[in-house]
Amino acid sequence: MEITVTNVHVDDQQKALEFYTNVLGFEKKTDVPAGGARWLTVVRPKSPDGVELLLEPTGTADVAEALETYRETLVSNGIPWTQFSCEDVEAEYDRLREQGVEFTQEPMTAGGVTMAVFDDTCGNLIQIIHQ
Amino acid sequence: MSSNDDVFQALADSTRRLILEELANNNGQTLYELCVRLTMEHDVDMTRQGVSNHLDLLEAAGLVESTRRGKYKVLEFAGTDQIHDVGTWLHRLTEKDSK
Repeated sequence: MEITVTNVHVDDQQKALEFYTNVLGFEKKTDVPAGGARWLTVVRPKSPDGVELLLEPTGTADVAEALETYRETLVSNGIPWTQFSCEDVEAEYDRLREQGVEFTQEPMTAGGVTMAVFDDTCGNLIQIIHQ
Repeated sequence: MSSNDDVFQALADSTRRLILEELANNNGQTLYELCVRLTMEHDVDMTRQGVSNHLDLLEAAGLVESTRRGKYKVLEFAGTDQIHDVGTWLHRLTEKDSK
């Protein structure tokens, strides 16, 4: 087995696509209709065949409600939904801050790992790291 | 002076003292950041729930405050007055001894 897709739940797929491509710099890979929503994924431009990030809608009302409680608790405690790696956290921090991205955790280095946490504007916190 | 039992109780644990030190040095951390720092910088092997329980006690003693910043909460050191009171009392003990 191999991990080919991972997900992040988003309030609004179109808004999420714009943030994940225009701001973060990912590239749209798949965009097809699926059950009233879209199967919408993005990839790293340099690795189009790498792991895809699925921008998954929060879904039907009961799921959406439960998910909202869960995600709000994570965000409220500063807990990231997932983690991306990058070459230089400080450089990404500066680049994203310039575009108005809000960080809940500024870059810090511990145990040889530099990390920071930002708000993806779609209901999640994302951690970026380099080591 | 007031009994300060809650403050002494809050201070009677090395993890709680470490949390106070962490927040005094880097004020305004999320629970997540505090847990990362405790784990990665101080080798504290504890669940978030464990840290959370310690924070409840520190908050009850008025040494830590949790403040909402938009969608997320940050933890802040709030114990200057209480620690000062305790310190004054401790200091008086040693003064009597030296007379």
